[in-house]
Amino acid sequence: MKNMASSQPVNNCKSNQVSSFTEADATQSGHLADRIFKILAWTAGIVIFVALAAVTLFLILRALPAFTGSPADRASALDALSGGRVTSFLAYVGPLLFGTVIIAGLSLLVAFPISVGIALFITHYAPRKLSTLLSSVIDLLAAIPSVVYGLWGALIVVPAITGFWAWVAHYLGWIPLFSGPVAAPARSVATVALVLAVMIVPIITSVARDICAQAPRLQQEAALALGATKWETIRLAVLPFAKSGLISASMLGLGRALGETMAVLMILSPGFSYSLHLLRASTSQTIAANIASQFPEANAMGVASLIATGLVLFLITFLVNFIARRITGKGSSK
Amino acid sequence: MHKNAFARGAAFVLALTISVGLAACGDNQPVPQHNSQGQVETESGHIVGEFAGSGASSQQSANEAWIAGFQYRHTGARISYDPAGSGAGVTAFLNGSVIWAGTDEPLSDDQVEQSKSVCAGSSAFELPVYVTPIALAYNLPQAGLNKPNRHLNMDPVTIAQIFQGQITRWNDRRLAELNPDVELPDLAITVIHRSDKSGTTKSLLKYMEASAGPAWPYQPGQNWPNDIGQGAKGTAGLVMTLTQAEGTFGYADVAQTNGLGTVAVRVGSSYVPATEQTAAAMLEHKVTFKPQGANSLRKVLDVDYATNKAGTYPILLISYDVVCKAYRNDANGKKADFAKSWLTYLESDSGQQQSASNAGSVPLSSNIRQGFAHSVREIGVA
Repeated sequence: MKNMASSQPVNNCKSNQVSSFTEADATQSGHLADRIFKILAWTAGIVIFVALAAVTLFLILRALPAFTGSPADRASALDALSGGRVTSFLAYVGPLLFGTVIIAGLSLLVAFPISVGIALFITHYAPRKLSTLLSSVIDLLAAIPSVVYGLWGALIVVPAITGFWAWVAHYLGWIPLFSGPVAAPARSVATVALVLAVMIVPIITSVARDICAQAPRLQQEAALALGATKWETIRLAVLPFAKSGLISASMLGLGRALGETMAVLMILSPGFSYSLHLLRASTSQTIAANIASQFPEANAMGVASLIATGLVLFLITFLVNFIARRITGKGSSK
Repeated sequence: MHKNAFARGAAFVLALTISVGLAACGDNQPVPQHNSQGQVETESGHIVGEFAGSGASSQQSANEAWIAGFQYRHTGARISYDPAGSGAGVTAFLNGSVIWAGTDEPLSDDQVEQSKSVCAGSSAFELPVYVTPIALAYNLPQAGLNKPNRHLNMDPVTIAQIFQGQITRWNDRRLAELNPDVELPDLAITVIHRSDKSGTTKSLLKYMEASAGPAWPYQPGQNWPNDIGQGAKGTAGLVMTLTQAEGTFGYADVAQTNGLGTVAVRVGSSYVPATEQTAAAMLEHKVTFKPQGANSLRKVLDVDYATNKAGTYPILLISYDVVCKAYRNDANGKKADFAKSWLTYLESDSGQQQSASNAGSVPLSSNIRQGFAHSVREIGVA
């Protein structure tokens, strides 16, 4: 509403300026520009549909042999891909899907509270200079390519964190999640999830910051005037307003974590199970990293099976986004 | 040790990020040579044009060396090799998009049949071009065992037990018995295997199957068959992981295991380390051509992994080049001409020397080279 109200005077202004032209000229050139822009905007909008349709079509067509090919071929391709562990597609994609979801979920679990904390610090606590600096650092971090995070993880984090995980397993090992033996070097699900968390924090933060900054001033001042503390103000006047935005920010981060390939490929020692032992080596693998590591040596049927796992990842990402939309839809209608 | 880990890391970066780019860097300018009359002479061969190959990444450094050597002889030729992997290379070859494919795996019957769509008159065939010993490597620097001349002794059954998680510590009685004069540390063994599909893994597993008998229950394949220890991507990634922790145990091309200790494996009644000499002896005495049909040009090697002959190191990786006798859509026989010159060069003394000094491969034995040359002679012959 606000935007519409403010755009009105601008329009008036423009029509005043062009009043020196004849009426017909003005409307004609205006119409032409309008039409061109309309076409451009429509094309841009349609391109995204075409791209999506093309990707979907590619995935389905190339994955088709993995479902329709001769059973013997399919079984032998999966046998080769899994090192003789499984011969059915569901048994192959199941552990991979589990690994993808568990790693992305864990990293979001770590990243979300930190990101919201940073966002609130920038918008509500930090002095102006510090908050500008922090904002630009966050944007800088968001631009670092994942291969750099992968290298940092594989070369620095893995050797450095091995001792810490051993300590965790020693004192918290009675919780099945943290039971040993701890992987040495620590190329485990826990390490990957941490590196991915560092990777998605800037993405979630930069969206969350913009949303928290937009929380209505008047309501916050009203809360303060009623004697609320700063935390109470944030809880009453900022978080409810930002809720749906925070959820879509975290979905953006989750999307990146779900599809992350390079960092996982370089850090994780992959495995093939439904294990929740986060500190052990060779328990899980993600779909994206699995495609990257198996694709080069795969034969035609192997490639089809790998693309079929890619199709599953595609559907899962879709599903996650859909659920997130439902949640945010409910949140904002309240 | 930390420094070493970083050096490995740097190698890992190189391998991962510019591996494709490197293949195109064979543009080494030939060095002009002065002949006896003092004139500058560039040996200019007759091969002119651009030629592409694709396939096994194991052959990558050998191919870089060969491309440099070949282009030095044929200054008009521009050759590229895309180390996309054996499977991708053979697929590209069967699509007709490359002239030759490098592969760690001999062609399947299906692939031979399919090749009739790119080869004129006959089907494609493969020739062994690259052989390298695979070492079992470990990282035990604190115990002083990472020296080039110290080798831990192991027999196939012990190796099978380590790879299956039945021997989990370095000072296990079964290891100590094989190494009476070595003080083994009280450390956990972390097995590191390849996480990607790999011909290196398959060669090792074939050796395990042939030599360890019932102690090794798995079928050989390109993927590691169990979840013991850790997986790492590519030879560079595996070697980097080996150096990142004390007590790791894995396998890689001998040329890549500098700074790590390597195992001498039991062959007959002695222990044989992985060296160029022991691998060459193996190639000479225990590797033969698989019998093929009467008119077949295919030269597939059969390795006697269960060898008992003293001084032969049994774990070899063999990589092939796949070509056609004649190509479809080949104006003036240019492709066949290239394939013939390329393989002739690979088989020559200087070609073999080039890959041995640059990629650590084992020169082919005279017996293999004879069979090789026999097939090459047929290329382009109507």
